[in-house]
Parts: sequence; C-alpha cells; structure tokens
Amino acid sequence: MSEFLQQLLNGLSLGAIYALIALGYTMVYGVLRFINFAHSDVFMVGAFLGYYLGKLVPEHTIWGGLAVLAVSMIGCAILGMTIERLAYRPLRSAPTLNVLITAIGVSLLLEYTGQVFFGAAPRNFPSIFPVRNFSFGSVIVTSNQLIVIAVSVVLMIVLQLIVYRTKIGTAMRAVSLNPKAAALMGVNNDVVISFTFGLGSALAAAGGILYALNYPSIDPLMGVMPGLKAFVAAILGGIGNIPGAALGGLILGTVETFVSGSQWSTYKDAIAFAILIIIMLFRPAGLLGKFTVEKV
Amino acid sequence: MIKALRFTLLPVLAAALAAAAVAQDPIKVGEFASLTGKEAAFGQSSHKGTLLAIEELNATGGVLGRQFELITEDNQSKQGESATIVKKLISRDQVIALLGEVASGRSLEAAPIAQNYKIPMISPSSTNPKVTEMGSYIFRVCFIDPFQGTAMAKFGKDTLHLKKIALLTSVSSPYSVGLAKYFKETFAKIGGEITIEQKYSEGDKDFKAQLTAIKAANVDGIFVPGYYTEAALISKQARELEMDYPIFGGDGWEAPQLIEIGGKAMEGTYYSTHYSPENTSPGVQSFVKKFRARFAGEIPDAMAALGYDSAMVLADAIKRAGTTDHSKLRAAIAATKNFNGVTGKTTIDSNRNATKAAVVITVKDGAFKFVQAINP
Repeated sequence: MSEFLQQLLNGLSLGAIYALIALGYTMVYGVLRFINFAHSDVFMVGAFLGYYLGKLVPEHTIWGGLAVLAVSMIGCAILGMTIERLAYRPLRSAPTLNVLITAIGVSLLLEYTGQVFFGAAPRNFPSIFPVRNFSFGSVIVTSNQLIVIAVSVVLMIVLQLIVYRTKIGTAMRAVSLNPKAAALMGVNNDVVISFTFGLGSALAAAGGILYALNYPSIDPLMGVMPGLKAFVAAILGGIGNIPGAALGGLILGTVETFVSGSQWSTYKDAIAFAILIIIMLFRPAGLLGKFTVEKV
Repeated sequence: MIKALRFTLLPVLAAALAAAAVAQDPIKVGEFASLTGKEAAFGQSSHKGTLLAIEELNATGGVLGRQFELITEDNQSKQGESATIVKKLISRDQVIALLGEVASGRSLEAAPIAQNYKIPMISPSSTNPKVTEMGSYIFRVCFIDPFQGTAMAKFGKDTLHLKKIALLTSVSSPYSVGLAKYFKETFAKIGGEITIEQKYSEGDKDFKAQLTAIKAANVDGIFVPGYYTEAALISKQARELEMDYPIFGGDGWEAPQLIEIGGKAMEGTYYSTHYSPENTSPGVQSFVKKFRARFAGEIPDAMAALGYDSAMVLADAIKRAGTTDHSKLRAAIAATKNFNGVTGKTTIDSNRNATKAAVVITVKDGAFKFVQAINP
C-alpha cells in the first residue's frame, strides 16, 4: 500500500510538469490551430535561465527560488513573443503546414544554438529552493515534489482566472472561436496571439525549472522527451482544452511511473503511447475535447 | 610510341612521387570520441590522454622518423554518429589506425567498419567483450566486463557484506546489459541473492518509480552498471527516498560530473575502474604530473590514462612493425607483450583483450578515494 501511495505521489509530481508544458501547446493550438514545436525548447531555455539566475541568489531560500522562477518566466515569455513575432506572424495567412515546418525549424534552431551557447555537456542545476524530506509513515515526500505540485496548481488556477475572468482572456477565447469575427468586434488579434505565446512560454519556463529541480541534470536537448510527452498529454486531454491538458499530463505521468515501477519498465513509453492510441480510438477528440467536423 | 611511353611512365612517376611524399607525411591516426553530449566527460578525458601521448611522441621525434597527426571527430554521444565519422576518417582522411571509444555501444558501431576496411582499431576503455569479437583488427587496452562484473560481485559480497541486492540496468546500453549479466552470475554463485531487477533507458531522468519498487523489496544494496549521469541522478533520488545503503557500479561511473551532479548523495558509493591517480608508482605519478601541467591542473581519471595508453600501444606497435601497413601493423599490435603503460602492464591475449587489475574507488567528503585493488 505504501509503495502504491509513493508511486502515486511520484507520478503526480511528474505529471504536474507534463501538465504545465501541455498547457502551452494547448493554448497556442486553441488560438492559432497549430502545434508550436518550439515549445519544448522554450522549456529548455527556461531551465537554463534558471541555472544562470540560480547562481545569483543564495541557495536553499524560498524567496530566491521564487525570484528565479519569476524572472525566468518573464524571460521566456519575451522569448515566446519574439519567436511568434519573427517566425510565425509573417506566415499567418500561409497554410498551416508552412507554419508547422517553421515551428520545427525554430525548435532545431533553439536546440543547436543552445549547444553552442550552453555547451552540450549536462550541467548540474543548483538547488534554489530549500531541500527537506517529510515522512508520512513509509511514504516520503521531498520538498521539491511539494513545490512542483504547489507551483503547478497555483499556475493553473491563475491561468484559468486569466482566461475566464479577464478582458484579455475573453479576447483569447473570441479569437479561438473565430479570428475574423473577433477582429470585426474590435479585438486586436496580434496582441492577443502575442499574449498567448507569452503566457504559454512562461508556463514552459516554470515547467523547465521545476523539472530541473527534480532531475538536476540539464542539457540543450533536455526538452525533447518531456516536450513529446506533454504534446501527447495535450492531445490525450483534448487539444485546445485547458483543463484537458492538465488532466492529460497527470494521467500520463502517473501511468508512466506505475509502469516504470513494475517489471515491464522497459516498455514504459510504449505503454504510455498505447494508452494514447486506445483513447484516440474511442474518443477521437481527447478526454475533454469536443469533436467538431472541420468545415470546408 | 611516345603515347605508349607516356602511359607506362606516368604511373611509375606518380608512384615514385607518392612514395617520396609519404616519407615526410605524418602518420595519420583517427580518433572518434564523445566530445560533446551526454557522455562528454568520457570523450574529453580520453581525448586529452590521447592528445598528451601524441604530443609527447612528436616531441621526441615521432616514430619511424615521421610525426603523428591526430584527427579527432566528435560523435556527440549519439547512436549512429560513430559509424558516419569512422567512415569519413577511413575514406577521406586515410588514417592508418583508429582510436576509440569509451562507450561499448559506440565502439560496437565502429568496429565492423574498421574490420571491413582492415584498419586496426584500439578501444581505450570499452569493456564489453563483444567489441573485440567483431574481428581480428579490433583491440582494446583495458580489462573486460566478465572480470569487472566478477570483481564487483565479490567486492559487494565480501567487503561490503551485502546479501540481497537490487540491479538497476540500462537496457539501451550494451555495456550496462553485459556488466549486469556477469555481476549477476557471480553474485548468485557466491551465495548472494539478486532480489529485484529494474530497468531504465539512456537519457532517463526520473528513477523514482524503479527506486520505490526496489525499496519495497527490502534489499541491502543496489548495483547500477550504468554511466555517470544516470548513476548520479539514481543515487540522488535513492537518498531522497531515504534508501541509505551502498550503491555501486562499474567504470562507467568514472567522471568528475558524478560528484558534481550527485553531490552529497554520492558519499558511500563505490565503483570499479582501471587506475587510481593515488597510485604511488613512478609511472603513474609522472603521468599525473605531465597531464596536470598540460591541462590546467586537472587530475587525469581512468579514461585519460587509458586514452594515453591506447596511443602509446599503437606507437609501440608501429615501431616494432617498422611500417604502417595495415596487416603488419595488426600483427604487431596483436603481439604486444608486457607493454609498460600508466594503467599497468598491457599484454594483448588471443582474443585481442588486455588483462589488468581493477581498482575500487569510493566517494568520501566530495572526493574520489582509492579503496582496494582487485587482481585478475
């Protein structure tokens, strides 16, 4: 039983990170109807910003950790908006496929520029937050796991408030529903799309730092696998759907952890992706997504 | 008539010119290494050792009156990359021999190509037995995993007094799978018990799930036959789960990054390797001194020592062969006997492997400390 609870906790803290990254994929898809493949590399840049900023603040302090988190999120928000402005906006009226290929290009650009600037060798991420272990019976919770879950929950609530309770959130939903109609109603689409990218990238940065806190070895290609998993999580929950992305991330993280802890650990990715295929067969729009017929 | 003369003379002239050019041409040695990427620490160390050896040889006039030219290519620690760069080294750079790799998986990629082109290849520190089984042109200057696995199983049973052990193996690395196999065989034979076996893949970062399962199995030690990045993360996460028993592994752990990434979690972990810079023999100490002078005070690890030895064994063989002709050079390397290197005496056996002693290293107060030597 205690093994089950421990695995569940391990899975939730991994899933929370997947969820944070998945939110970025899903928001951009919701507004622009395309997959931003560079998202997983913004995640990597977030972790590296955290690495350099972490050297400026004293280790093991809550304010230091939060400051690193905040500055890195702002940095990545700017990066995300820049990518959108330079790479995607000029292609706004082009077919989706063109933007998709550009996204892959931007992704590779970030990865290999990262190798030039940061070097390809893995680096040790500093422990910016206080480190403590809490034992509940035989279940052990590390402070990092708590931070991951707490930060993720807070960020998801904030995101939900922004999307449903603010003017810019309403504009985002309007653009998502119908960009032309939104523009006719006086919504500045450019600002809204830019904001969406900023928001998604900030979440990716938070995910990157939380990931690096738990698995403190970072390198320029660190975003590839978590990015892929988060992409799957976003589809699993229903792409374009914000609670769906969170749910998908948690499911994927938990399943992966339980499979890793069993004797079939070698097949953990295979099983995770098999579940995706099964869900897609029965619910083509994802768990919380609505199936809509594409109008031609 | 003139035409015929031209046809017969030209090749002769060209051959003569080529021969004259060869006499002054440097001896080209190809090195493929993981200079960047996940196992960059291995490639960097090994490369520095090899470079030091080549520079030293050139400073003393080279071999057969010719200087050495080391051509190094990076495989970025990636699968598939070694095959490409080795082909390039052989066909475009026309190297006479290949030095590399540390990781057995990448040596296994290059070996069939070297064998095919009949270019002698010396692996400095790939320990998987399969590497030299790839063909008669493939050699190594280090011990092999059956010995290393046996040595660590005995060390775990007799020195650490462990009875129930968990194995955590990387399924995507031939090195890890091989070492785990030999460890398991011996440990069971000498009366120990492998209670649980868990697996991971190269590049994984989350091991909590496997470790939680291991914790539930009530073992008193974990054997991790993997590479340093994963070994450090595994130790760190095991300590977070309050698993305080010994964690130990093989020579894949040998890198400063082990302590950098693992930090305090590495205290009380052990691994086997090929040499210790603490060895007081004059050969080792003079190597450490030369290495530190050349590379800004850095203390050479086992990969550096083996990188150095691999180049020296090659140079010695060229000297004895008196030529860089492939098949003669091959025979000379195969005949290497009692060559005095930094990592001990190298004798190449009939399976083209070297038999050498292993040393066990532990981490104490954030530094590597010599524990004991295990003789074959």
